[in-house]
Amino acid sequence: MPAIISKINRELDAWIQNASQMQPLLDDLQLQVQKVNQGGSERAVSKHRSRNKLLPRERIDLLLDEGSPFLEFSQLAAHEVYADAVPSAGIVTGIGNINSRPCVIVANDATVKGGTYYPLTVKKHLRAQEIARQNRLPCLYLVDSGGAFLPLQDEVFPDRDHFGRIFFNQATLSAEGIPQIAVVLGSCTAGGAYVPAMSDESVIVKGNGTIFLGGPPLVKAATGEVVSSEDLGGADVHTSKSGVADHFAEDEPQALGLARRIIGNLNRPPAACATSIGTAANFDEPLYPVEELNGIVPADSRTPVDSREIIARIVDGSDFDEFKQRYGTTLICGFAKIHGSAVGIVANNGVLFSESALKGAHFIELCAQRKIPLLFLQNITGFMVGKQYESGGIAKDGAKMVTAVACAKVPKFTVITGGSFGAGNYGMCGRAFDPRFVWMWPNARISVMGGEQAAGVLAQVKKDAMEIRGETFSEADEESFKQPILEQYETQGHPYYASARLWDDGIIAPADTRRVVALGLQAALDSPIEDTRFGVFRM
Amino acid sequence: MPHSQKTAASENQPEYLQPIGIDRLLIANRGEIACRVMHTAQRLGLQTVAVYSEADANALHVRMADAAVCIGPAAATESYLAIDRVIEAALNTGCQAIHPGYGFLSENASFARACERAGIIFVGPSAAAMDAMASKSAAKALMQEAGVPVLPGYHGEAQDHATLKAAADQTGYPLMLKASAGGGGKGMRIVDSAAEFDDMLTSVKRESAASFGDDRVLIERYLQRPRHIEIQVFSDTHGNHLHLFERDCSVQRRHQKVLEEAPAPGLDDEQRKAMGDAAVNAARSINYRGAGTVEFIADGDGEFFFMEMNTRLQVEHPVTEMITGHDLVEWQLRVASGQTLPCKQQDLAINGHAIEARIYAEDPLNQFLPDTGKLKKLQFPPPATDLRVETGVQENDQVSVHYDPMIAKLVVHAANRQLALKKLQYALANTYIIGPVTNVQYLQYLISQPDYASGQLDTGFIERLPDLTRQAEKQTRIPWLVLAACWRQATVHDGDAASHWRLNSSARDLAFWRTSGTPMLVSIQKVGEDYNVSIDHHTDTNTEADRQKTSQSTHQVRNVMMKGSRATAQIDGENFQAKIYSTQDNTNTQIGVFPGNLPDAEPLAASFSFERLDTGTIIGNSGSSDASLQAPMPGKIIAVEVEAGQKVKQGDTLMVLEAMKMEHSINAPRDGVVDEVHFSENDLVPAQASLLTLNDPD
Repeated sequence: MPAIISKINRELDAWIQNASQMQPLLDDLQLQVQKVNQGGSERAVSKHRSRNKLLPRERIDLLLDEGSPFLEFSQLAAHEVYADAVPSAGIVTGIGNINSRPCVIVANDATVKGGTYYPLTVKKHLRAQEIARQNRLPCLYLVDSGGAFLPLQDEVFPDRDHFGRIFFNQATLSAEGIPQIAVVLGSCTAGGAYVPAMSDESVIVKGNGTIFLGGPPLVKAATGEVVSSEDLGGADVHTSKSGVADHFAEDEPQALGLARRIIGNLNRPPAACATSIGTAANFDEPLYPVEELNGIVPADSRTPVDSREIIARIVDGSDFDEFKQRYGTTLICGFAKIHGSAVGIVANNGVLFSESALKGAHFIELCAQRKIPLLFLQNITGFMVGKQYESGGIAKDGAKMVTAVACAKVPKFTVITGGSFGAGNYGMCGRAFDPRFVWMWPNARISVMGGEQAAGVLAQVKKDAMEIRGETFSEADEESFKQPILEQYETQGHPYYASARLWDDGIIAPADTRRVVALGLQAALDSPIEDTRFGVFRM
Repeated sequence: MPHSQKTAASENQPEYLQPIGIDRLLIANRGEIACRVMHTAQRLGLQTVAVYSEADANALHVRMADAAVCIGPAAATESYLAIDRVIEAALNTGCQAIHPGYGFLSENASFARACERAGIIFVGPSAAAMDAMASKSAAKALMQEAGVPVLPGYHGEAQDHATLKAAADQTGYPLMLKASAGGGGKGMRIVDSAAEFDDMLTSVKRESAASFGDDRVLIERYLQRPRHIEIQVFSDTHGNHLHLFERDCSVQRRHQKVLEEAPAPGLDDEQRKAMGDAAVNAARSINYRGAGTVEFIADGDGEFFFMEMNTRLQVEHPVTEMITGHDLVEWQLRVASGQTLPCKQQDLAINGHAIEARIYAEDPLNQFLPDTGKLKKLQFPPPATDLRVETGVQENDQVSVHYDPMIAKLVVHAANRQLALKKLQYALANTYIIGPVTNVQYLQYLISQPDYASGQLDTGFIERLPDLTRQAEKQTRIPWLVLAACWRQATVHDGDAASHWRLNSSARDLAFWRTSGTPMLVSIQKVGEDYNVSIDHHTDTNTEADRQKTSQSTHQVRNVMMKGSRATAQIDGENFQAKIYSTQDNTNTQIGVFPGNLPDAEPLAASFSFERLDTGTIIGNSGSSDASLQAPMPGKIIAVEVEAGQKVKQGDTLMVLEAMKMEHSINAPRDGVVDEVHFSENDLVPAQASLLTLNDPD
């Protein structure tokens, strides 16, 4: 394969300037993640520890194989969404290896509002289950939750994608042969009781783990019966009398150990070929250090980026076989490997024209036919506009690409490296197109259109209306009219805003792109790739 | 003699061409000595037959032999010490001779007689010679008659108080009071003055009566800085006796030899000849046959006194072999088959210096208590002509509770003592054992002592060294654990693309590590090139009192260099360096840390073994709920094995219930004390009936 020859010289002032603009974003990201890693308040954490409980990320560390990576999802979920801080939406989710098998882990954080489910907690839990379903990964629930967050019950309980969906998913995932394992490390009250009850196999820890539909206060209110939590729904009751749980653990480490053994006893589906994630060792590193990606993104967002420079720092040996290099040059398509896994890459290199869209649709068809996973490197302001292009049928060519993206059954991965605006988001496999994962770089922006454009459009509309009424729209007025719109787009288009609402699966440093995508690709290996049947392409 | 008849032709042949009149040899021993005997026997073309206990079915000596016979269960009294079974094995396999090795039956006169009765050659002295040397006091009297110097003292039969007291006063103080039938340090007292005599006598008599069923004592002069020097003697059945010089075995710990060497440092030729002659006299006086060792106690000024004679091959015989160039086992076999000694006294000379170090499974930091378990890693330096590795075990073998915990002997040979010491240092520094705790590091510590290097040896050498207490261990163990944990994180899955990786956070590892007792939770965070390690002592109980006991420590690890098995780091400002090896045992990882000596630091007396636990193995009894103390179904109690107040261990059978034509054992779900037994034998019980209750152990 021909290796990409980088045109970037690290000594260049531009590179240094770019990198120096990226660095504060990376520092802040680390800081935000560090904060959420600590969980709830100090008081809540020490109270939690005094009960011989470990923090959710510690539980996960103990659960995983030695040296296993942990690909955490949406670390900044619920960031600045609610009046109170709800770090990581009170639930830690991700993929790691247990007994050499990649698993999805869903761990409540009882130090955050008692592990109760906010709307975004529910969304994050469901998203983890969705990832498990798409990739056919066993689910491990480390349960330590007070159930629904009652003040927001209307946003948590009744709708389709609310609390009940968790149990719907457990039943249907299990039906698909995807193991559902629960480890009860704290309370599972009311609806929460169904997480272990709906599991294939469950562990409960003595003293801390309880499962009941109604807790002691409710029982007393309802029937007058006075009973302790342990007697009502503790480990002893459930493993020896009720059979609601299967394995009795003396303490948390033992409970986690039992969970490891349960995973070790799962029989692999016969077609499975996946092994642990992150353990691949036979591949070439890119010719250029991945750290250089921090200086790739132009300090000025209007300066174009050559996506080949990004690809050269993501793929094995910087080797990239480009497809239709001379045609539709604003979209780069080609084949490469990442940590040894084959992947088809679709990367923006400017605004999308009809040719670029047709080339993209063609390439996606190739990958679907050959069952090669697709990686979209999204940096797109949108499709070209204007009379010439509309009459050339750019809408139908764009539609072809969108159809191809929507229907392709291969695992799809999307990394937003810059802008993600308008229909470009659709053509480049935005969230709505069910990629296995969406990740954003800290400099990325996502909105229906760019802030400037939106402000410009709205100002133009207002100006036109005023002119009809014979009024004038002064330049100063126009500026003050645009300002709040610009601010709104800046706030809402920011990766933190997006990640907080689970429009993506996490914000990643550019330098981590290669590793993160590799882990995603490896996690996808356990699910067989179906044949693709495309919808009608408008010709 | 039933031995082979020598022909006239063979008289003139060199020794190595003369056939040994034994075709098939049974080795009535195990471990390294059985293997060592087989090496020579096999080299000489003899067929070898091993005997083994059930515990040794897969032992190296069994695998090495041409045939092997199981002679009983693990307990030595029912196998290696069972004379009938050994003889029967020899007869059944057509062996003409039995080599007893050392220990076990090697100095058992009844065994030698049993061999004779069965028409089997016993590779060793006559039963009469053994008898003569069996009682220490009788042996001394005999030696005194033969003109061999003995320690002033009293070895008489009269044991009345007045006689003993008079003898003591005549011997002079300080003196040693010893049980006549004693050995191994039991029933021994040093009496500093006449005033102490009565009390000491009472306690020695009490102790020896209890230990040996014989309260007779003997009295000896006590030397301040005595050396243990022994002479290797050899005799044939044709009246030839010679010695193969001395061995210095002064480095002893509680009368157990630790390091042995030949020749003895500082012994001049005159002293050597005097001791050699005395030893040969001793052998001649009892018409000795085969290999024997005459032990002397020597004073700083060259005086020496007979202590006892060991009528067998000694553990430390290889140092003699190395400096003389002769194979003593071969000599034993030749003598046993009736040949004359292969050479004369004047043909023997000392060539260079040899040192032997005994590697034991024992914990230097815990009063040298023997340790047992699987040898998960067993790596020695490659053997060579100047480095013998005498061992009877291989990697993955068990060091069991049944036998001596010696793992191996390292024997080095060089032109002089200084060079031999360097070789031994090298050999020990390249010996890596993971599994049971060993004394390898301790041996390195011993030979690095200035007194050892300068050859200032006496039997008090080890006692004078600083005490290695458990407390010291607790203080020093933690940084080595930190080093091991960082090494593990740095080297495990080293080539993996994403080992320990965390999104937007530093690489982490969290696991339980075990040293000897309770597992500790060890958390490592890699920050740049440095590590932050915190250790949390885990308790497996949920009681508040126990939680209070837990302690946490945090450690800063800098200047980290982890390459292969080498690990160096600065931990909390102090430098540490070690070689680290790991081995996988099912799912847990055994890690051995072998501290290197830093130029500015005191050498360490211990190496460390850690275990990184797979969380999956932290499994107690998951059915440990007391619900299991209920009758699983209606039935009849057919046995009650415990009573109220009795302590029970997890898994003990408490009751047996008969139901549905099956017997169901009711086992203790945990350690505890029986509180109340609710039923007795033949009671009929309904399902779910509480059969008994357990309290927590105190």
